[in-house]
Amino acid sequence: MPEKLFSQGIVEAQAHEMRTDPTIFVAGEDIELGGVFATAKGLREEFGSRVFNTPIAEAAMTGLAIGAAATGMRPIVEIMFMDFMTVAMDQVVNQMAKMRYMFGGETRLPLVLITHAGAGHQNAAQHSQSLEAWFCHVPGLKVVWPSDPYDGKGLMIAAIRDDNPVIYITNKLALGTRADVPDDAYTVPIGKAAVKREGEDVTVVAVGAMVPEAIKAADAVAERGLSVEVVDPRTLSPLDTDTIVRSVRKTGRAIVAHEAVQFCGYGAEVAAQIAQHAFDALDAPVLRVGAPFSPVPFNPNLEKAWLPGAEEIIASIEQLIPTGARA
Amino acid sequence: MCAMEPTEAQLVEMFRRMVRIREFDERAGLLLERAIVPGAVHLYVGEEAVAVGVCAQLNDDDYITSTHRGHGHLIAKGGDLGKMFAEIYGKATGYCHGKGGSMHMADQSLGILGANGIVGAGGPIAAGAGYTCKFRKQGQVTVCFFGDGAAAEGSMHEAGNLAAVLNLPVIFVCENNLYGEFAHVDEHHAISDIADMATGWGMAGAVVDGMDVLAVFEAAGEAIARARRGEGPTLLECKTYRFYDHLGRDYGLTKRPEDEIAHWKARDPIARLGTALAERSLISAADQDRIVEETRAEIEAAIAFAQESPEPAPSALLEDVYVPEPAGTTNG
Ligand SMILES: Cc1ncc(C[n+]2csc(CCOP(=O)(O)OP(=O)(O)O)c2C)c(N)n1
Ligand SMILES: [Mg+2]
Repeated sequence: MPEKLFSQGIVEAQAHEMRTDPTIFVAGEDIELGGVFATAKGLREEFGSRVFNTPIAEAAMTGLAIGAAATGMRPIVEIMFMDFMTVAMDQVVNQMAKMRYMFGGETRLPLVLITHAGAGHQNAAQHSQSLEAWFCHVPGLKVVWPSDPYDGKGLMIAAIRDDNPVIYITNKLALGTRADVPDDAYTVPIGKAAVKREGEDVTVVAVGAMVPEAIKAADAVAERGLSVEVVDPRTLSPLDTDTIVRSVRKTGRAIVAHEAVQFCGYGAEVAAQIAQHAFDALDAPVLRVGAPFSPVPFNPNLEKAWLPGAEEIIASIEQLIPTGARA
Repeated sequence: MCAMEPTEAQLVEMFRRMVRIREFDERAGLLLERAIVPGAVHLYVGEEAVAVGVCAQLNDDDYITSTHRGHGHLIAKGGDLGKMFAEIYGKATGYCHGKGGSMHMADQSLGILGANGIVGAGGPIAAGAGYTCKFRKQGQVTVCFFGDGAAAEGSMHEAGNLAAVLNLPVIFVCENNLYGEFAHVDEHHAISDIADMATGWGMAGAVVDGMDVLAVFEAAGEAIARARRGEGPTLLECKTYRFYDHLGRDYGLTKRPEDEIAHWKARDPIARLGTALAERSLISAADQDRIVEETRAEIEAAIAFAQESPEPAPSALLEDVYVPEPAGTTNG
């Protein structure tokens, strides 16, 4: 299998679908250049005017996707930074998410809104947020967040083929990572979690950028004989609770990790699901790893302190299974 | 300050401030390129006449809202170079104690309500500040700087209409530098003059040569005087050009025709004012060179201040999320 950039897999997914479905178009700010995160690189060259720049108008861009999808197209629209989704919130929350239900189940909105999240590049409070929980809270939206290049391509194809609106989130820094990605089209099913690493002693449910961090943590504690299972929901809504519960029933301990602010974050929902469905199997309370309750600071040291990662996951593992104790 | 003809002192000061912006951003661009400062820096080089011509008509108690390309606005309104560089370096002595960076600087004491990472977000905020100005009845005004690209955001249109309906003393200053990020303004707008939006908003609108600080000074002076008299908002579109890329000096994505760049560089606002000042025997070419040298020394001192300044304390991370409150009233 050829090794590819995460962003390249996303490009291939769109290109593959566009070749067979003429109703797909790709729109966004500076998307003709491939988008600032290169997730549409080369599409303009191959597909011409089906890939087009829009004015800087996130509400209208999102509405464009909704209106076009409602009338027979399959739009892919990029909202460059997840922070800018806030400018489009009425269109996303009150329109996109509700049209089908509110209008008696007649409407179909086969659209993808792709957006890029995460801190770690010193872009401060308005260009670094992870706002996934907001969208998971709204019935009618599907929310996916692939953590590696393979899932990135497969989930993009699945998102395009889905007849519902899908918010497709990437982590900006992950887009520059590489892994083996097949050349041909394949799907990673929406609504299916993946066990990214098998283990016996503790389950870490990790979202987006926290998946590789959880694997790092697992490697680190393996040295003291602990085995960590890492579960990546991949689709945040609808959530594959079964896979998570199965894992926790096996390990008896759970940590939920995401980069977003911990308070009222996605981890709260996962923790509640675990408590509800696997309470009897738990040896300890479910712990959460997330960012502290502040905006993302600019200063690199403060930003590093803000960002959760392997270190915090390891600390939580230590808390659940103190050194000396046996699993 | 609302005379249409600048005094000699004002002319000299405008020259100084334009040079200060130019030299500041030339250095800021280099610091970014050499990865000495983190994050993103958007340079104002080429657009100096807009901020300086407008702010020369403002008092310290007037307000401005700024953009991601905000260094010029700050300096034009009297911003402190040391605090600015310290912020770009992320230091504790910076305008935002290192927590904002280049894209988020503010100086409440000078009425600078803040640079902004969200395109178009300054418009509604300017309307709000304009309401305060109107409420206080002391002749204060608010200037909203925004880009040609930002003129496509709904927030700008909501703010323009609102300011007109409420008859607020707000001057919307569009810096049309021909590009929004990497795409030409023709891809952002079907009309050729952003100033035409004033008709839809219900206010006076005018196109101004944004490379001529005297033209900006005059147009802004009229608009600001009207606003101070309670005669409502204005939209000024200043035609200008950024000499460098969207981000830093050369991000490598903007394809701009060589002749377009040459055309605009030939109208360099600083050289233009310099020539006028020399012709009027106000500042000789030699004295202008001296001002540039003095400014460079100022900039080096500001950078040294930034470099020597301490990092923010780790405890700064959780400070200033709220106005200080009793323990236990925030979320852990
Ligand atoms: C709401 C929002 N959308 C998109 C962006 C990304 N972005 C940053 S600057 C910029 C271009 C702005 O163009 P313009 O308003 O003309 O200002 P200029 O950079 O030319 O000064 C864009 C699209 C953003 N920061 N905020
Ligand atoms: Mg512009």
